[in-house]
Amino acid sequence: MVFSGLAEKLQETFKKLRGKGRLTEEDVDQALKEVRRALIGADVNFKVVKDFIARVRERAVGIDVLQSLTPAQQVIKIVHDELTSLMGGSRSKIELASAPPTVVMMVGLHGAGKTTTTAKLANHMRRQGRRPLLVACDIYRPAAIKQLQVLGGQLDIPVFNMGDGVAPPDIARAAVEKARREGNDLVIIDTAGRLHIDEELMAELQNIVEAVKPNEILLVVDAMTGQDAVNVAKTFNERLTLTGVVLTKLDGDTRGGAALSVKAVTGCPIKFVGVGEKLDALEDFHPNRMADRILGM
Amino acid sequence: TGRKIIDEELYEELEEALIQADVGIDAALELVENLRGEVKKRRIGDPEELKAVLKELIQEILGEETAAININSEQPAVIMVVGVNGVGKTTTIGKLARYYKEQGKSVLLSAADTFRAAAIDQLEIWGNRVGVAVIKHSEGSDPAAVAFDSLQAARARKIDVLIVDTAGRLHTKSNLMEELKKVHRVLGREMPGAPHEVLLVLDATTGQNAISQARLFKEAVGVTGVALTKLDGTAKGGVVIAIKQGLDIPIKMIGVGEGIDDLRPFNAREFADALFETGNQAAERVS
Ligand SMILES: Nc1nc2c(ncn2[C@@H]2O[C@H](COP(=O)(O)OP(=O)(O)OP(=O)(O)O)[C@@H](O)[C@H]2O)c(=O)[nH]1
Ligand SMILES: Nc1nc2c(ncn2[C@@H]2O[C@H](COP(=O)(O)OP(=O)(O)OP(=O)(O)O)[C@@H](O)[C@H]2O)c(=O)[nH]1
Ligand SMILES: [K+]
Ligand SMILES: [Mg+2]
Ligand SMILES: [Mg+2]
Repeated sequence: MVFSGLAEKLQETFKKLRGKGRLTEEDVDQALKEVRRALIGADVNFKVVKDFIARVRERAVGIDVLQSLTPAQQVIKIVHDELTSLMGGSRSKIELASAPPTVVMMVGLHGAGKTTTTAKLANHMRRQGRRPLLVACDIYRPAAIKQLQVLGGQLDIPVFNMGDGVAPPDIARAAVEKARREGNDLVIIDTAGRLHIDEELMAELQNIVEAVKPNEILLVVDAMTGQDAVNVAKTFNERLTLTGVVLTKLDGDTRGGAALSVKAVTGCPIKFVGVGEKLDALEDFHPNRMADRILGM
Repeated sequence: TGRKIIDEELYEELEEALIQADVGIDAALELVENLRGEVKKRRIGDPEELKAVLKELIQEILGEETAAININSEQPAVIMVVGVNGVGKTTTIGKLARYYKEQGKSVLLSAADTFRAAAIDQLEIWGNRVGVAVIKHSEGSDPAAVAFDSLQAARARKIDVLIVDTAGRLHTKSNLMEELKKVHRVLGREMPGAPHEVLLVLDATTGQNAISQARLFKEAVGVTGVALTKLDGTAKGGVVIAIKQGLDIPIKMIGVGEGIDDLRPFNAREFADALFETGNQAAERVS
């Protein structure tokens, strides 16, 4: 495993160093180089890694680590603890509105998994007794509305759409009114994929927010995303004030360092993870497991 | 950056720029090592020259000339498009169809993604936009059967280029990769030499996982080229350098938007230039 790879490398580094007698701060820095390499290899943003290593270093140069018999394990434990705490506690729930309907809006880059996650989340929330209505606000992508309709059909959950000729904020507003009328206590809005630097489409999202004041704005992030994850998450958060993140496509072999990057720049909790294409493949987020994964444990 | 001397800090800056462009730490370190070698060999003293040399090294890896998609074989030339979920396969097929139609070729599309919700509808909309026919079965049917029928139809209609869409799948899912191999096999059985191009679509936003994607798709269906999509954002797609170097898969096309004309032949020089462009410069390019 990759992690044992890291563990072995650290072990080796320290063994070499031990020949010299005792461990020094420089020795720890040598080891942290390996940690840096592992984190960047896992696609954690390199600036985030920099800050992170500085924090770990502070703890790792402490007397107890340097004098311990198993410094490699100690360093790894510190790294793991810091990673886990940085990713925050588990808060895999949707904040419900005091006056229904609760409105949830999904946003993100192209192909991240918004439409699929819209359906998955509806499925998940229905199991908790909610009565969801899905809203097709992607009027751009070919067959986006149909896609949501098919997914809604598979779950037997209603999908609201006004075709592709009405502006998304108006569609969202009409959907919330309809939900109120018909007793749907949860509205989940699917939006089109867009670049964070696309001024016009980012403004459109702000207009949807204005129109329906969502209780949750979730950024859907592909777990395979590389260094750019910070730019994307930062911009979406600045424009919309996100309430959470959903990390998708974790069913593959990605180490998923984007999780840490996104968390670091937005401060938003990662609420759920997507682990497959099927509509029940949505799981709670576990910071501890994610730390294992980023380190390749 | 207005520096006067070439020092460690400068090398470090370049290494960081490479990492930030998703080149990956190993490839970045190697490139910077080679850069040091060149600086010595060529006795370079001007820090301003370093970036240019680094770009040269990158271009060397990527190949000076653009590798073309192989459509000059028999009729029809068969292009099979593969990749993980949501990278831009179907959209790239729509653009490719347009690209070849503009060149006066007849094109047929094959809706062999029978799994994704509304994938067939999506391809049909692209077919209508471009003005080319789509061969399809119903949702949930056997993709290999769709591919087989499409190839027969392409032959009967004397089509120049047949492009086969496939469902997105993670490269680690062996059952889905088996399904893809079957599509590949069926095409080859029906027409020896087909598919003539297996185009792997990679999303430029993707980090180091793209290497694993390329390796496993290559092992399964013999990828012959990469189409790198979503380069209109701020992501640079630097991981293709390691893919070209380690797996010898050439980058053939790039996607620079959602529109029908947003497809270009890959150009190593422009790519290397863009690697060092900042996010703001990219934003200006888009607006
Ligand atoms: N393996 C896997 N595939 C996923 C997951 N979530 C979504 N997908 C797939 O990813 C692809 C894109 O998903 P969509 O839901 O269409 O993504 P989107 O963000 O709505 O895309 P746009 O609307 O085009 O921006 C589809 O093939 C989905 O089946 C996941 O957790 N695991
Ligand atoms: N900005 C940008 N978006 C793109 C580009 N290529 C594709 N897209 C968008 O990416 C999203 C996914 O594209 P698709 O063509 O559906 O991707 P796919 O690989 O066929 O997806 P699956 O079949 O679900 O695996 C859509 O919203 C496309 O419009 C590109 O070059 N630039
Ligand atoms: K993606
Ligand atoms: Mg969508
Ligand atoms: Mg597709």
